[in-house]
Amino acid sequence: MNAEIGGALLELDGVTVRLPVEGSMRAVLQEVSFVIRPGEAIGLVGESGSGKSMTARAIDRLLPPGAAVNGRIRFGGRDVMTLAGADLKRFRSEVAMIFQDPRAHINPVRRIGDYMTEALRTNAGVPVSEASSRAVALLKSVGIDDGERRLRQYPHELSGGLLQRVMIATALLTKPRLLLADEPTTALDVTTQAEVLAILDDLRTDLHLAMLFITHNLEVAAAICDRTVVMYAGQIVEVRSSSRLHTDPLHPYTAALAAARPNIEATTPRLLAIPGRPLSAFEAPAGECAFAPRCPHALDVCRQARPALIALDGGLSRCVRAEELRGRLEVALHG
Amino acid sequence: MSVAAGLAAGAVRRYRAGRRFRTSPAIVVSGSVIVAATVVAVAGPLLAPYNPDLPQLSQYFFGPSPEHLLGFDASGRDVMSRLLYGARTSMLGPLAVTLMCMTLGSLLAVTAAWRGGALDAVISSGLDILFAFPGILLAVLAAAVFGAGLVAPVLALSVAYTPYVARVLRGAALRERAQLYVAALEVQGASGVAICLRHLIPNLLHLIVAQATTLFGYAMVDLAAISFLGLGVQPPNADWGVMVSENQQGIIQGFPLPALAAGICIVVVVVAFNILGERLYERGEARQ
Amino acid sequence: MHLRFVLRRLAMLAVSLLVASFVIFSAIFLAPGNPIAALSGGRSLPPESLRTLEVRYHLDQPFLVQYWYWLSNAVHGNLGLSITLRENVSDLIASRISTTAGLVLYASILIIVLGVSLGILSGFRPGLLDTSTLVVTAVSASLPAFVAAIVLILVFAVQLQWFPSLGNGIGFLDQVRHLTLPAFALAVSSLAIVARVTRSAIREEARREHVQTAISRGIPTAQLIRRHVLRNAAIPITTISGITVASLIAVAAVVEVVFGLAGLGAYLVQSAQSKDLAVVQGISLLLVTAFVLVNVLVDVLYAVLDPRVSLGSRAQ
Repeated sequence: MNAEIGGALLELDGVTVRLPVEGSMRAVLQEVSFVIRPGEAIGLVGESGSGKSMTARAIDRLLPPGAAVNGRIRFGGRDVMTLAGADLKRFRSEVAMIFQDPRAHINPVRRIGDYMTEALRTNAGVPVSEASSRAVALLKSVGIDDGERRLRQYPHELSGGLLQRVMIATALLTKPRLLLADEPTTALDVTTQAEVLAILDDLRTDLHLAMLFITHNLEVAAAICDRTVVMYAGQIVEVRSSSRLHTDPLHPYTAALAAARPNIEATTPRLLAIPGRPLSAFEAPAGECAFAPRCPHALDVCRQARPALIALDGGLSRCVRAEELRGRLEVALHG
Repeated sequence: MSVAAGLAAGAVRRYRAGRRFRTSPAIVVSGSVIVAATVVAVAGPLLAPYNPDLPQLSQYFFGPSPEHLLGFDASGRDVMSRLLYGARTSMLGPLAVTLMCMTLGSLLAVTAAWRGGALDAVISSGLDILFAFPGILLAVLAAAVFGAGLVAPVLALSVAYTPYVARVLRGAALRERAQLYVAALEVQGASGVAICLRHLIPNLLHLIVAQATTLFGYAMVDLAAISFLGLGVQPPNADWGVMVSENQQGIIQGFPLPALAAGICIVVVVVAFNILGERLYERGEARQ
Repeated sequence: MHLRFVLRRLAMLAVSLLVASFVIFSAIFLAPGNPIAALSGGRSLPPESLRTLEVRYHLDQPFLVQYWYWLSNAVHGNLGLSITLRENVSDLIASRISTTAGLVLYASILIIVLGVSLGILSGFRPGLLDTSTLVVTAVSASLPAFVAAIVLILVFAVQLQWFPSLGNGIGFLDQVRHLTLPAFALAVSSLAIVARVTRSAIREEARREHVQTAISRGIPTAQLIRRHVLRNAAIPITTISGITVASLIAVAAVVEVVFGLAGLGAYLVQSAQSKDLAVVQGISLLLVTAFVLVNVLVDVLYAVLDPRVSLGSRAQ
């Protein structure tokens, strides 16, 4: 890993987050480490409660009050947790977040134009007219042609798909170096999802932006990300180049996620649901593999200690039987 | 204070809806106060140590003493006995207002929500127009026309409060009517009246009870104010509002106890009803 | 869009006022007792005098015609004669209106300034101040104005002797001094309600997702609070303030009676007791009009503050 740090834009090193829940501190992230290089897109995949959104919030310093963070988060070589004043302001303009539900994440009583240009006007001192024309130009690049009119409208006058495109355009307005996209298409209907995804992918590639793309959908991650990080119960269970994630998963959980999605190309006799329910980090038993209770391949060895991440074929897997199961995971599940 | 402001403060309750309903000390205390006030309203004459109407003119604004715990009022009557007797009218008036206005309000709300269309429009605009009358003003008007006493102000307040009750209940009834189980019952051929009586109203009951509780408090404040103004319960009848008015001079003459005691009785009971009503709202919201 | 909203609301206002005036008129019309007897003060009059009075006051006309005469006179500022004082009701009202208006205005300022500031303070600063505000407002929200009034008189007029407990006062400053205790008595419960709603609205708005968005974009805290938390909380705060201020118009009567202020409300109560129905009619009509107007103003403000408000929907 050390060799990569020199070129890393964002680096997470052993990040553990605990939140106060009913009087006690409960872990929601455990020892999360990965890097994003400039221009690289990383997918972050997992079920709800796996800690993927919490990871993005930790990076963007949006954790709820009372959260305790251990480990280190570095952006451009600086420790994110200790940023303050002008440094924090610059960090905020260089890291832009795209949220899941644009309807809730845009102030409903202010006009689109105000929303889009507020950060530019406030933090960069850009005059209103210039900020507006830049906003209109970016709206055009996300496929909204009548930008001037849109700027005068209120959020409730726009559809969800349009609003999400507005949010993407807004995120790009401060010329960030890293996008944090937290399930940006989940709240949209299916046809709009594909459109918004394509726009996001094109723009990101054109502008050579780094991106952390959070999704519960393995295929979407594979389609637009270079590498994918799979999370389960607040831990990373696999890191893999996206192109190989499907055909050659290294962790039984990844394989199970892939099998639980409908696949158009392969004719699967039936969809396989993962038995049991996903665990939160604090529910995961300490001395064993967190996925063991739901894993079809679990043996006694899996319940004796929590597995470490092991390097395998250019990826990482938190499975003690990873090497042994190589190539059999998909077969076993689809069998 | 007006019922308008009070029921609008339902906003407060909505904001805190997430909290789980528990039998907190607040509920125990406010419940006990209400039970105690009810017992006194029913059995006050049995509990009262003296004749509440018997003046001992030589004793006016005198006391307190071990025999007369709250002393004597402006006319030399035992304050404690008058408070115990006065609980009856002070509680009965708000009870009548609450019952009438909840019945009328629920009926209008459910009819409007169930039938919809033109009938809903007529009921809703009728209620909108009723909003033009503040409760106290309508009560004063009623007392002026039909004579002072408890009856006219009670009727007037019932009418004036109805739109506030009906508007909230209509909204809730509309949401309930949109539920799938209602459509299922209709498909099965259940009659509208049967669905309303057996399903719709029972499902709104928590809201109706919460509203009635809060409303009782506001009715008590407004009726006490009307009696205080001399347009409600007539002296020499004992009533908490009347007692504040009768003994108001004592405040300046250095004998505030009779007026304050009656005022405190009103405030304690009203606070109890408000707190209980607020908790009932929260429980209803949490259940949904 | 806003224009249509305002026009619609004004149409509703006209209908409300028409119906309200009809209710006020017919209530008095139906009141037991003969208007001629009231006019003559109970003396028996010769038939021709009776006839003259009937024609003068349109008493020989059908009910609706009488209503029409009354209403058109009222619109022109002629509200008839007071039976007890033998004076023009309009003049009697005019001489008392400033006291009531001053009282309501004073109380409104207290409610909006103190109630909203208290709510903002305890909304942003959880802790001792917040907890004590919650407890104190829970009780004072239920405090009837006349009970608040006697407590204020006891403490500030009798014991501390800071303020007078009776009368209107002479000259501006003295009048303000005389109105201080009444205004606080009138304001106290509404002030508590406004403070509580403000506090919850601020807590609620500060938790909104769009505030997270603004934080993630590096908007400075002061601007965040001003443009995203306070601006959005202003919608429920304005609504509750408006509703409580409107309610003062009627409750002012109680406070005026306690403090012996020569205002409209005290006069209304006095006329109700002495059955001076023309005065009751006139003041009722005026107070209802003021009440409805303030409510319309609240609705319009609500529509201005919240771009999502749909046409014709009422401020809830």
